[in-house]
Amino acid sequence: MISQIPNIILSTKDLQIGYRSKKEQTIIASNINMELGVGELVGLIGINGVGKSTLLRSLTGVQEPLSGTISINGQDLTNIPSEKLSELISIVLTEQPISKNLSVFELIALGRQPYTNWIGTLSPRDREFINNAMKLVDIEDLQHKKCYELSDGQLQKVLIARAIAQDTALVILDEPTTHLDIYHQAYVLKLLKDLTSKTKKAILFSTHEINLAIQLCDRIILMQENNVNIGTPTELITNNVFSKMFPPDLIFFDDKSQSFKIIT
Amino acid sequence: MQETKKYKILLFILFLVVILTAFLNLSSGSVYIPFTEVIATLLGESVAQDNWSYIVLDYRLPKVFTAILTGSGLAVSGLLMQTLFRNPLAGPYVLGLSSGASLGVALIIMGASIFGGVWASVLLSKWSIVIASSIGSLLVLLAVLLASAKLRDTMAILIIGLMFASLTAAVVSVLAYFSPAAQLQQYIFWSFGSLGNLSWEEVLILVIFWIIGILLAVTCIKNLNTLLLGEQYAKSLGVKIAKNRFIIILATSILAGSITAFAGPIAFVGLAVPHLIRQVIQVNDHRILLPAVIMGGAILMLICDIAAQMPGSQYTLPINAITSLIGAPVVIWLLVRKRKFLF
Repeated sequence: MISQIPNIILSTKDLQIGYRSKKEQTIIASNINMELGVGELVGLIGINGVGKSTLLRSLTGVQEPLSGTISINGQDLTNIPSEKLSELISIVLTEQPISKNLSVFELIALGRQPYTNWIGTLSPRDREFINNAMKLVDIEDLQHKKCYELSDGQLQKVLIARAIAQDTALVILDEPTTHLDIYHQAYVLKLLKDLTSKTKKAILFSTHEINLAIQLCDRIILMQENNVNIGTPTELITNNVFSKMFPPDLIFFDDKSQSFKIIT
Repeated sequence: MQETKKYKILLFILFLVVILTAFLNLSSGSVYIPFTEVIATLLGESVAQDNWSYIVLDYRLPKVFTAILTGSGLAVSGLLMQTLFRNPLAGPYVLGLSSGASLGVALIIMGASIFGGVWASVLLSKWSIVIASSIGSLLVLLAVLLASAKLRDTMAILIIGLMFASLTAAVVSVLAYFSPAAQLQQYIFWSFGSLGNLSWEEVLILVIFWIIGILLAVTCIKNLNTLLLGEQYAKSLGVKIAKNRFIIILATSILAGSITAFAGPIAFVGLAVPHLIRQVIQVNDHRILLPAVIMGGAILMLICDIAAQMPGSQYTLPINAITSLIGAPVVIWLLVRKRKFLF
């Protein structure tokens, strides 16, 4: 059941990820074959400790894969120099030591660093990208605020705008919904969905909000021990993958409502 | 666009204050010289008393330059360290440079007593102290750079710097314990710091190091701004973290190392000036911050030097104490007034 993917941005072939020390290697996940196309929203889900962050680190080139290849726009990731990579992948992370004294505009403007001159002067084109990013995420009225004045939800939007301003084909977000209430979780994921259709970017994010991901994602990568499943939410539901995701003692996947329920 | 204009005006005002304090500094000292006579001396005109022109041209003027160079250099080092480590408590000496210098000087001064006689007078000349201090900070720098090449985590470098500081301080304590009072006093006087000991040749050497250090810092401006997002984001924006870290540490070492060698360890300026500037000009952009900090450091040092002369008296207080005596209350006052810690 392979769905048709137009214009592939990211693809992996027989990817094996994990940690390598001098003596041995620890394999986190193997046989990962996936493709991300233009305008796709893909959610990465899996229980704590299954290796979501390791996969994201490998895909962004921070961590070397144990074997297999990762290609971005048809180029092998390991051959792309870091300056070029910054024009292909942008990231959104949580809990970074960001200077909260930056204004919203300044923070988003830093997304243009790969394109600015040696001292970082913003060209009119850079400003256009920044303004456009703020418009897309709907935070234009916040631009003069300092980051310490923002709520968690607003800050998340600002960080997303920064990634949009970086103008990359692929945006990778590490758990963008943590610390947010259910309304803002839905808001952020809906925003990502809109961005994929408006900007044609491929967006990959890890999350624990399975119920929301099922409703919004084009495809879902479900990481389990020894097994990585990739497919549309419907495909995964029909294949009964969600029900095997967690230990069976507490919750179960209800096919009808397409969400997890507590066993009563 | 309007913002940059505002900052340019602020930078210009800071520059005027530097000039103003420099002239104030020139006309203050234990010998009273009227301001008009000071200007006349600078313009090469004849003045009422011959020794006035000597005092102004060969003592006060090099001292003003030394104050500007040390103040600005230490302040820039502090800014670089604070941004690199994302830590408001970092300063120019956080990597143990001053401890290295102290150890070098302590070895020379206190070791001289062991040799005695002719050797002692050779060892205690000013140049040997400068050289000992340079070698001391250079060795610590090399150790830190070696460690930083091995370590991935920038924070670990901070700890290693602190460890070197403790280590060298301990050796200095042991040396001090076995030293006679006279040597001990000489060492303590060095540790007070001094701006007034430099000849024109020495000022020139300091200028060269200062220019190299500042130029290195300037090349890092863009990456320093990116580092405000943290290392992971910086990396995703194409910053070569290890290379950038190396240049920043090198710039700091050249600036702080050369200054410590000539003027002794002057503690407070590097830590405080970046905070003072952030309170006055609310800005994070290092394109503005760097020149502002350069001028802020110069101003603070010039003012502290005026205060250290204790206008109207014969005494000169240790500059190292004055910088803290004046600077600390100012930082506290600004923080309390704004009630917001800007970093």
